[in-house]
Amino acid sequence: MQGFRTLLFKEILRFWKVWFQTILAPLISTLLYLLVFAQVMAGRPTIYPGVTYGAFLIPGLVMMSMLQNAFANTSSSLVQSKVTGNLVFILLTPLSTWEFYWAYVLAAVVRGVLVGSVVWLTAWFFFELPLMHVFWLLAFTLLATIMAGSLGILAGIWAEKFDQMAVWQNFVILPLTFLSGAFYSLHALPPFWAQMTRFNPFFYAIDGFRYGLLGVADVSPWASLFVVGSTGLALSWTTLAVLRSGWRLRT
Amino acid sequence: MEPAIEIRDLRKSFGTMQALKGVSLLVPQGDFFALLGPNGAGKTTLINALAGLSRPDSGVLRVMGHDVLKDYRAARRSVGVVPQELVFDPFFTVRETLRIQSGYFGLRHNDDWIDDILFNLQLADKAEANMRALSGGMKRRVLIAQALVHRPPVIVLDEPTAGVDVELRQSLWKFIQRLNQKEGHTILLTTHYLDEAEALCRHVAILKQGQIVAMDEIRHLLQSYQSESLEEVFVSIMHQHGSQGDQ
Repeated sequence: MQGFRTLLFKEILRFWKVWFQTILAPLISTLLYLLVFAQVMAGRPTIYPGVTYGAFLIPGLVMMSMLQNAFANTSSSLVQSKVTGNLVFILLTPLSTWEFYWAYVLAAVVRGVLVGSVVWLTAWFFFELPLMHVFWLLAFTLLATIMAGSLGILAGIWAEKFDQMAVWQNFVILPLTFLSGAFYSLHALPPFWAQMTRFNPFFYAIDGFRYGLLGVADVSPWASLFVVGSTGLALSWTTLAVLRSGWRLRT
Repeated sequence: MEPAIEIRDLRKSFGTMQALKGVSLLVPQGDFFALLGPNGAGKTTLINALAGLSRPDSGVLRVMGHDVLKDYRAARRSVGVVPQELVFDPFFTVRETLRIQSGYFGLRHNDDWIDDILFNLQLADKAEANMRALSGGMKRRVLIAQALVHRPPVIVLDEPTAGVDVELRQSLWKFIQRLNQKEGHTILLTTHYLDEAEALCRHVAILKQGQIVAMDEIRHLLQSYQSESLEEVFVSIMHQHGSQGDQ
């Protein structure tokens, strides 16, 4: 247990030491989205009765930043350790696959929650934000960051160079988080794109999280819980299997 | 008494290249053992398999009686490996690095031992320095310290003195000899400095193209080759087995 605790602590300390880049930078970019979109869309017809566009946007942006940062934490830590070679210090230890997995994933959860909380608290100064269903809020926060953190481990194991990681960031994570209903409702999309969005698990994470904060959503929170939960479970299982096999970690 | 390191018929291939072709080796507890060979002979592949960094195709690997694959936790607790590559984590200070490494092995409050290692490796004044700020030789010594934090009974040093100046090399060997002679640690060493191996080690195994071509006590090898230095013996063995080594 001490080995697991140490690896978790080390992974948290790693991002905390560069908080300017890992906490402040995502906060600034998310607030810029909020500032620009809330201003541009002010006065437009509301998506849900009684909910301003700014209030609609905030849960999407908070979850988007949590997903992106949870992914970035595991993936960048692993790829850096692989490229610089210091992953050997962990591979030489008696840590089990489970300890390795949960230490990396929980550090990703911590970073995701930290960035999401800072974004939410800052937005709270500018917009009136209800907090409707705490259980759903916490459930989607936890499951979504575990899902993104697991995906980050897979990406970090697969990538052998920084530019391979950029492929994941730019061609997988960015489109999945942007085309996920963070900025719009599913009902505002043409049928084809609405259908495509339904295949994106990040959409359910954002929609369920929005239900937790505002009490309104495009689909049932139970359906979202099922999709996010089962995607998270599948990714966790795959990641553990890959770690156990030693693929790209142990020659 | 079980051997500190037991390797039987170890085979490992990378694609079509056979890196290890059935290597067998026994290192008794308390021994100072040199593993020599030209570049590409399979020394690091063997060490990586022993450390669990590489998965052998077949064969038996045990450290202090613990199977490296089946009983990996106990095996890894029993061995400290100094890797050949000069690697470090740029996020942390020397002390943080050593505390974290201790924690991976389940050790808390390990600062007394950490301070002892830092003193003996002449790193005490660098304890709070970031890893990035250290010279190559200092980084090498931190690598050695990392391998020692959990007081492993078996210490594997893969070319530990590459890039380390003469004075520090001597103090390093004094410390390693203390660990070997006074505290009973078993040492497995690979080095390109054959005079160091000759001065420090009791036994030697020479690898060439994935096979052991000689293994004996160093003094026996010197006697049987009627030679005065291990370097001469090494060159003779390389000639006998095909070509000049690049040691």
